[in-house]
Amino acid sequence: MAETSEPRSAPTRLIVAGDTVLALPRHIKLRHDEGRGRWIILAPERVFNPDDTAVEVLKLLDGQRSVNSVAETLCQQYQAPLDVVTTDILAMLQDLTDKGVLVKA
Amino acid sequence: MNEIAPTHVTESAMPMCARSPDGAPAVDPGPDQALCARAPIGMLCELTHRCPLQCPYCSNPVELERVNVELTTAEWQDVMRQAAKLGVLQIHLSGGEPTARKDLEDIVKVAAEVGLYTNLITAGVTLTRERLAKLVEVGLDHVQLSIQDVDAENADRIAAYKGGMKKKIEVAGWVRELGLPLTINAPIHRQNIHNVGRIIDFAVEMGAGRVEIAHVQYYAWALMNRAALMPTKEAFFTAAKQVEEAREKYKGVIVIDAIVPDYYAKFPKPCMGGWARGIVNVTPSGRVLPCHAAESIKTLTFDTIKERPLADIWLNGEAFQAYRGTSWMKEPCRSCPRKEIDYGGCRCQAFALTGDAANTDPACSLSSLHAQWQAVAEVESHNPNVPEFKYRRIGGAAKTPQSHNVS
Repeated sequence: MAETSEPRSAPTRLIVAGDTVLALPRHIKLRHDEGRGRWIILAPERVFNPDDTAVEVLKLLDGQRSVNSVAETLCQQYQAPLDVVTTDILAMLQDLTDKGVLVKA
Repeated sequence: MNEIAPTHVTESAMPMCARSPDGAPAVDPGPDQALCARAPIGMLCELTHRCPLQCPYCSNPVELERVNVELTTAEWQDVMRQAAKLGVLQIHLSGGEPTARKDLEDIVKVAAEVGLYTNLITAGVTLTRERLAKLVEVGLDHVQLSIQDVDAENADRIAAYKGGMKKKIEVAGWVRELGLPLTINAPIHRQNIHNVGRIIDFAVEMGAGRVEIAHVQYYAWALMNRAALMPTKEAFFTAAKQVEEAREKYKGVIVIDAIVPDYYAKFPKPCMGGWARGIVNVTPSGRVLPCHAAESIKTLTFDTIKERPLADIWLNGEAFQAYRGTSWMKEPCRSCPRKEIDYGGCRCQAFALTGDAANTDPACSLSSLHAQWQAVAEVESHNPNVPEFKYRRIGGAAKTPQSHNVS
């Protein structure tokens, strides 16, 4: 088996919880696709198409705010129940984290 | 897959080996909305057909283009500007070996400036750390590094390049040190399929965020070498099981993309996600193709970027219009409920095996040639006398195969 020059600790899956602080890594790019009039996420050999809610959430992930804090902002903005919003965005953020789109800040 | 489907984000996987600074430069006049709605998402740029490796399943055409016909630096830079304006989002800089071009940095720089997400598809063996650092500095976003196996001796034999594997491990380290995301691409076939599980472990060990278990697709060089490359159905199913197990084990650690060999698939693959639908390919000399193998369809003619704008070729070029959409289809495709799912399979394969690219791909069970086609895989994969590789090199298709250790 090939050997790496420096031993690394085995990477593990990040489980997203309410107090997790997430951010987009440098190589993941959330931007507005002018030509198609929509937001897109550019990733290695992938393009993701976020809807308005997802874009709102991703813009709030500034590397400082926790998932709970983002959920609170959204529930005020949309006047939706906090538990509903939290459950909804946790599922989405876990999925994006599993796909490498988000990392721990 | 996730059961609690987070419907807020949908994903478009780019078929095969197929990006943006945070904002386009202020001088960018902006793409044309009407054009973008129909524009390709990805552009595969075969910068050169030169390559130090000689992998017998190379996706390049058997008739390789020579260095003296390659586009100039300024021409490639213009292709990048045209692509961004058309609405292309990601570019895949491939070859041959793209680093064989001394002006790769100048091409990447312009691509990044016009907002394209840049992916370098490399064998790695001729890279230096300094060069990679320079590429990162000018805006490279991602590196896809190919490996031929995890066992160095076998890997070097397959690529006909001594010391290749050792160098690749070094390059993977540099990619991560320089903070770039890494994909490991491993073409899978009869002579390395037993190592699929270890290849995925290797990619994790290298710090890759993504690994492609890319079963060889049998066109061009690979079709010529099919009898030396085709795995048995049993070996394929064992490998598929290992991929499933690894997906569970490495969930959230690495994304595993598996490209299946269509000889063993239930349905034909929607090649390139549909002809002229999401991907455009530019050859070293500037010919613009709907797919990197399209030139194997001898009945089509192709435009060159030297004579016609990219947008015009994409929208109106004869080769692009020939099989775009579904109106060209014959039966059984025409009335098939899956016609907009798999688009009748692969046009190149249909042409190679039936003589008419508009026929159903023999990979489809509704093709009259299907049983015969599958039987070939069955027989070849079980043949104990594995033929020698016909290595990929200029003029190599005509020569007698040589053994390994070509320096």
